[in-house]
Amino acid sequence: MTEPMLSRPRYPGLSADPHAKLNLIVCEGEGAGAVLDLAAKAPDGFFSRAAILFCATGASGSTYQTKLESLQPANFWVLPSIATAMFRLKGVLATATMGTRLYAAGTEPFIGSVLQEALAVGIDFKSVFTEHRGSAKRRIQCVHCKGLTEDVTASPFTCAHCGLTLFVRDHYSRRLGAFQGVCVDAEVPGEVPPVEELYP
Amino acid sequence: MGLMFKDETYRGDFTFYNSPEAIRHFPFPFHEDKYMYAVNIEPHAPGPKGSAYEFPIDVDEHYVADMKDRAIVLAEDPLRCQSLPHMITAEWDLVELLMTSMSEAYPEHFTLTRNGDAWHWINRPLGIDDEFTFGDTSTLRYPPMEYITRQCQGDFCLLDQRDGDLWMDSGMVTSQADWSLDFDIGMSFKEWHAPVPLAHEVGIFDRALKFLLAMQIGRPVRRLNWTMTINPRLDTSPENYHKWGTDRTTVTPENVGDKVHLRVELQALWRLPRSNAIVFSIRGYLIKMREVATIPKWSRRLHRVLKTLPPELAAYKGLTRYQQMTIDWLAKHDDGAPTTPGVWPE
Repeated sequence: MTEPMLSRPRYPGLSADPHAKLNLIVCEGEGAGAVLDLAAKAPDGFFSRAAILFCATGASGSTYQTKLESLQPANFWVLPSIATAMFRLKGVLATATMGTRLYAAGTEPFIGSVLQEALAVGIDFKSVFTEHRGSAKRRIQCVHCKGLTEDVTASPFTCAHCGLTLFVRDHYSRRLGAFQGVCVDAEVPGEVPPVEELYP
Repeated sequence: MGLMFKDETYRGDFTFYNSPEAIRHFPFPFHEDKYMYAVNIEPHAPGPKGSAYEFPIDVDEHYVADMKDRAIVLAEDPLRCQSLPHMITAEWDLVELLMTSMSEAYPEHFTLTRNGDAWHWINRPLGIDDEFTFGDTSTLRYPPMEYITRQCQGDFCLLDQRDGDLWMDSGMVTSQADWSLDFDIGMSFKEWHAPVPLAHEVGIFDRALKFLLAMQIGRPVRRLNWTMTINPRLDTSPENYHKWGTDRTTVTPENVGDKVHLRVELQALWRLPRSNAIVFSIRGYLIKMREVATIPKWSRRLHRVLKTLPPELAAYKGLTRYQQMTIDWLAKHDDGAPTTPGVWPE
């Protein structure tokens, strides 16, 4: 079956909102590439109404930082981790006004975190422009202990919290920004299929 | 009315069983000798006396045991009951629906007295006698949905309606067939149904959603769903799958009759008056193969349904490990005679 997973958000790509009073652009690692591509097609003056919040993860972090800065956004913030980036985003959203357009680009867990912050302040997820760049790694919630395991690239994997061996179910929660992990050998303990690197 | 509430368990020693009356009360789901998904929604109209459809909210001999099992689940995992803050009006709507339905159908067991917002609720089987102010959460020992669903059989979800969609924003879910409220809370109709195979392609959920969005007050509807469960276990949650999953490997040709259960969900939906939300109730009924075999039409038909079930559905319902053994056991109760249309015993 080739149908998309219906609970998983789609990430159709960034496009410039010419009417926004503030373009709040949150990106991580390779997601900076999506912002640079956006710049190539954005109308004049777009970045003078933009704030870029960049989480400089990955090997190309500093190169991207220079390129993003050269877009001359009204505000440019560089933060060292997803946690600090989300803390800053929370603060910016708390005082954001009508006419703010939110953009998110990077890995799926990163976009998921941005959407969680948006949800918390009542922004409709469908109004956020998103683009998936970089690793296909996933954040997984263990359905048994509820612990979140970050940076999962293979299935099955070991829950970082309770230690059960989980397979990744094709089901996504926007509220948690995570896929669901379910015990793979619940019926016959120890009977575990080979590990597949599904989300490199 | 002669309801005798049984002292029985859904875990540990698994003493649950159905009396002959409870067997005839069982909502057998197959109206023909094969099964495939259908929207199969019909009005939730009163059914024959003694059937699970006699009253809008069905209370049966398992009531007290069901409520004890729910209390055990909640003590271990309080997240089985969750409600987003905007659902409080719908929660009170649910209190009204359940208290009025139960007290009208079973006056010997439940009494509701209303004097404006001053309500008095008596639940004799559970020994509850509470006065409270309708609409004032501080006057109940639990939030409204939790309070009343600790006293009503079946799982309950409250669906908010907005943006042309339904949202799973509230629920009491302690006896589910492999879905997690904690994971699904906040999802839209198609999102929470995402893991169901086959049904999306044939447009089941498009049609069902369209129908539900147009639901009106006073016109509840219902449908049946089914799966199978090893041992009479109500809490077949994904949360505890690592604890009950091994049950599925314990079936042998000798114990099929007692271990393998048909599990039917009577799903009923009501539009709520104040909140415009929809109640989605999922009442699970269990019946052992040995009990099914006391109704010859049912054992013939279940045998034929299981034999012709599409493999994807068998896998989704988790039957694969014991499906053939169950078919073989039921074959002894199928003489090949034709069955009459409809679900009722001959």
